[in-house]
Amino acid sequence: MFGLFKKFKSGLAKTVAAIAAKTHGLFGGRKIDAASLEELEEALYTADFGVETTAEILKEIKEAYRQDPGLQGKQAAELGAAVLRRVLAGSEGVLAGGARPPGALGSENAPGGRVPPSNPTVIALIGVNGSGKTTTSAKLGWLLKQDGRGVTLAACDTFRAAAVEQLKSWATRLDLEIVASHTGADSAAVAFDAWQAAKARHRDFLIVDTAGRLHTKSNLMDELAKIRRVLQKNDPTAPHHAWLVVDGSLGSNSIEQARVFHKSFGLTGLVVTKLDGTSRGGAIVGIWRELRLPIYFLGLGEQPEDLQPFNAANYARAVFGLDD
Amino acid sequence: MFESLTDKLSSALRNLRGVGQLTEANMAAALQEVRTALLGADVHFKVAREFVERVQSQCVGQEVLKGVAPGQQVVKIIHDELVRLLGEGSAALSPARPLKVLMVGLHGSGKTTTTAKLGKLLRKRGYNTPFAVACDVYRPAAIDQLEILAKQEDIGFYADRVSKDVPAIAAAGLAAALAANADLILFDTAGRLQIDHDLIEEVKKLSARIQPDEVLLVADGALGQEAVNVAKAFHDALALTGLILTKLDGDARGGAALSIKSITGVPIKFVGTGEKTGEFDTFYPDRLASRILGMGDVVSLVEKAQENIDQKEAERMAEKMRKADFNLEDFLAQMQQVKKLGSMQSIMGMMPGMSGMQVPEGAEKQMARTEAIIQSMTIQERRKPELLNGNRRKRIADGSGTKIAEVNALMKQFQQMQQMMKMMKGGGAKKMMRQLEAMKGKGRFPGM
Repeated sequence: MFGLFKKFKSGLAKTVAAIAAKTHGLFGGRKIDAASLEELEEALYTADFGVETTAEILKEIKEAYRQDPGLQGKQAAELGAAVLRRVLAGSEGVLAGGARPPGALGSENAPGGRVPPSNPTVIALIGVNGSGKTTTSAKLGWLLKQDGRGVTLAACDTFRAAAVEQLKSWATRLDLEIVASHTGADSAAVAFDAWQAAKARHRDFLIVDTAGRLHTKSNLMDELAKIRRVLQKNDPTAPHHAWLVVDGSLGSNSIEQARVFHKSFGLTGLVVTKLDGTSRGGAIVGIWRELRLPIYFLGLGEQPEDLQPFNAANYARAVFGLDD
Repeated sequence: MFESLTDKLSSALRNLRGVGQLTEANMAAALQEVRTALLGADVHFKVAREFVERVQSQCVGQEVLKGVAPGQQVVKIIHDELVRLLGEGSAALSPARPLKVLMVGLHGSGKTTTTAKLGKLLRKRGYNTPFAVACDVYRPAAIDQLEILAKQEDIGFYADRVSKDVPAIAAAGLAAALAANADLILFDTAGRLQIDHDLIEEVKKLSARIQPDEVLLVADGALGQEAVNVAKAFHDALALTGLILTKLDGDARGGAALSIKSITGVPIKFVGTGEKTGEFDTFYPDRLASRILGMGDVVSLVEKAQENIDQKEAERMAEKMRKADFNLEDFLAQMQQVKKLGSMQSIMGMMPGMSGMQVPEGAEKQMARTEAIIQSMTIQERRKPELLNGNRRKRIADGSGTKIAEVNALMKQFQQMQQMMKMMKGGGAKKMMRQLEAMKGKGRFPGM
């Protein structure tokens, strides 16, 4: 699975093409001028970076341009990528004992680090409708399994018609273990049973897929709290990860989503999906700025291996079309 | 849904209030704020720029109207421009019968749910035999999802669980729908990226086979700058006839609506405002513009009420209130009527000046408890609340899983209501109306 990095670049390659086209080769050999600065501003806004980050990047490039009127596009791109890297410093989520090569494990203080080995590490995936939770559950399960981990899926979206069948069909396709009930069943009960099953079979991870809910519906947010309470009857430290699955093509509202989900459920990280289009998912920068929630994975395509660990430096370079 | 934009626009324009006249200088600062607010609301960069330029050219040099603060005048100009941008009037569907509708969009935008919602809504509007054809052969269990929803809403259904030849499935589905005498045929397709060449070709072939009368793009109301690329590519490939914005019951600022409309010119035809299949409505640009500016959406509320509330029942209720002959049974019936209108939050969103407010935590729950208390009473007790002595109250509290204190509180509230009705029945009505008038006078934009 360590060939994944290549995929990361090719997935974001479309992104690179898109932003490069927007700026008419601004980041090539050309010299910066007033017109190209305006193009840059447009490109940054259309990447959903939002007002604050766009202003910050522009300010640094303008300042450099003021000091050196001979500033080249390539240098401007390096500056932009540097700002982005600085803003995103510390934003890489590390799944301890999970899907990273041992050398890249990083901080052992990561939330997963304190789990007693006898209990499964519980990852709950939550988010608004249609953000890609069910698909991400399956892909994440596959990824962990490729890494030699034992995984159980819990089909806790018992609300949406056929969501259980959707996850079951993924499980069959990818040969993953699943605990499911029927549509309309008590999602917390499914979570409870799934935990028991994962424990009995000595699985390393339990991935809990939940129903989509708009963050403005407090009754549905209460249901999430119930899933948490029930999981904690088994293991007071569960869920060890509560990740918000964010649709990368959404704009600033994803910040609001994260804010509310974080307040009511206590998020520990993000997974950003659907970045294989032309959207650049700039909104995640805004989420990181405000909530400091690490980004664990990016969804770069429809295949199971298209779920990729997030790497801030790669992301910053890809956005500004820089090669290594 | 546009609450945040409203907030930002009003604060941007606050500085303009009390200024003598509109000059380029005092406009510039405010318009910069408006632009920032639009960008912050995910309106596309170019659309925001053009919008601000147009508003500016309309404002500067304009006579400041007497008796109207310049800020209000600017709000009016922005409002008119928003209505124009969103497209004046409402966009009707093709009159063709049977009406063939092709639903397309990105992954997770809500196509399958919306297909069922559209069938349900149009049945209320004169299509008797809706029919759904499942053309999403990629997402696991997508066919099951549509089948369940179709069954739930009593909509005809066709699927082929073996074939992967999407155009052929659609053609067979069309034949099945025609054989069933359907007058509305909805084709639900797989989510696809606008840059996925193969899948776009596939849906083009599908479209060529069935010759749809309406091609509707289903788009998430919270889409970012990407909205423009998506809409443009789908429009180029399929000649869209309309747009459906979903998930507008969230707090997305909905700038996507503005962007898509102004860049493609494709009319927005429907909006999804909740998870229940009934929470779906025709799109009205003028109402949306009013909502953007925090002027409420009373027209939508009234229409929703007309569709969901039994007219005779409402009149009977009004008569009872007038005569102050209103018992707990009526109270329960009324509560259930209100519930049909949708969640309290969505009702609140349509009230003038209340769009930014949140329904207090637990309000929906409180309503459910009240319902449970009344339902735990005998019919006699509901008709004659004065029967409720201590023992009966204890029984009711036990039966409804509440506490006696809660039953008491409800009864006290009910007594106050009755007193108010009696007051209205007597001469007190005029006094109350005067109080209400005084409250209304504090509305936000008296100049409009």
